[in-house]
Amino acid sequence: MDNTIGKPIVEISGLNFWYGPKQALFGINLAIQPNRTTAFIGPSGCGKSTLLRCLNRMNDLNDEQRIEGTITMHGMNIRHPDVDVIELRKRVGMVFQKSNPFPKSIFDNVAYGLRIQGSKKNHLEDRVESSLRRAALWEEVKDRLQESALSLSGGQQQRLCIARTIAVEPDVVLMDEPCSALDPTATAKIEELIQDLKRYYTIIIVTHNMQQATRCSDFTGFFYLGRLVEFDSTNRIFTNPANKQTEDYITGRFG
Amino acid sequence: MELHFDQELAQLKEKLLFMSSLTEQSVAQSLKALIQRDDALAKKVDADDDVLDRLQVEVDERCIRLLALRQPLARDLRLITMAMKISTDLERIGDQAANIARRAAELNKEPELKPLVDIPRMAEICQGMIRDVLDAFVYEKPDLARQIIKRDEDVDRLNKQLQRELTSFMIEDPATITRALLLMRIARNLERIGDHATNIAEEIVYLYEALDIRHQH
Repeated sequence: MDNTIGKPIVEISGLNFWYGPKQALFGINLAIQPNRTTAFIGPSGCGKSTLLRCLNRMNDLNDEQRIEGTITMHGMNIRHPDVDVIELRKRVGMVFQKSNPFPKSIFDNVAYGLRIQGSKKNHLEDRVESSLRRAALWEEVKDRLQESALSLSGGQQQRLCIARTIAVEPDVVLMDEPCSALDPTATAKIEELIQDLKRYYTIIIVTHNMQQATRCSDFTGFFYLGRLVEFDSTNRIFTNPANKQTEDYITGRFG
Repeated sequence: MELHFDQELAQLKEKLLFMSSLTEQSVAQSLKALIQRDDALAKKVDADDDVLDRLQVEVDERCIRLLALRQPLARDLRLITMAMKISTDLERIGDQAANIARRAAELNKEPELKPLVDIPRMAEICQGMIRDVLDAFVYEKPDLARQIIKRDEDVDRLNKQLQRELTSFMIEDPATITRALLLMRIARNLERIGDHATNIAEEIVYLYEALDIRHQH
């Protein structure tokens, strides 16, 4: 894997974030490479999920939040008041810890975003199929597209949510602990999928599972107490991290 | 808080230390068997080689178990992978010591060719290298490991000098050929011991500094 640093797709600089009086992120500077998988690791409460949620302005939903600094995507400031948040979230999709399919058919789940965009019927069917294929789910569901999404297994539901996310062709896919509720087989499938998907999208994944970060990411950032302690190629972070805190965390000797 | 994993790593290190002290002893005794013409000691070194072989297998089993069950990373990963390499080099040093001992036993059947000068000097440097490489490992001193690597040049130089000298012995008097060849091979065994000690030194630099310095000196 070529990990040379090119022009980043997302650039974060001087980012501070508060939940009410409590500061959750301190001066984060980070550049995300396109068509690569970047993993955020760190103990609970270190700010990794908060940062992830800044990237599609999910934190806007919280009235108590306050934010400083800049986040740009393709050079455009996503925090600008004129930015259409719906449009932003289309370009920056998100997959959550717990799969959250809509109580609709498999087909309708994937078609949901496309219908809102006003896709025509033929186009819709093609896109649903290609999204399910990319999410490595097509072969398992092609004969039951009208069945309820809730009839799928947990791992299938999570892949369905990935298909739903990528159906609208985002640039960036955010994944917040996407495998924490899945068994090892389903996890392996998602991890394989992540490696395939980065051909088309830029992926940022938050994970508590160190081995997951080693298996599927190209870059890794270690966060602690709201600060980005170290950011480097995944290979470097897990064989020879520069920072002792990083080393203590990844070798399980923290605190 | 000491982790169970830390205890397992400490046990692994202890195994390696035991192995290297035994190796050091075998090299010393093989030379003593040669210089003092001691057949019994030569036999003992040969027998001790089996112990080293078993230890190598044990170290590797431990390492593979730790890799499988603990999925080590960073420093831990380097320790476990290098432990496997270090154990291989130590085992090879043991083999060389056993070779020296067997050749010493053969030489003991014949009258002394000449008083040994360069071979004991080579052996002294090699033993020093093994001893210091052990220290570099235990006390986490990569700089000491680097210094050991330099000493290998002296071993190589002495070996070449000996090969020339023994060749002229053989030219002058064919009756010396058997003994001179045995001594040449002993010098060659010592030269290999120096190489393995150098490998271990390189492995220690990688272990503590994550720098691969092989093939660069």
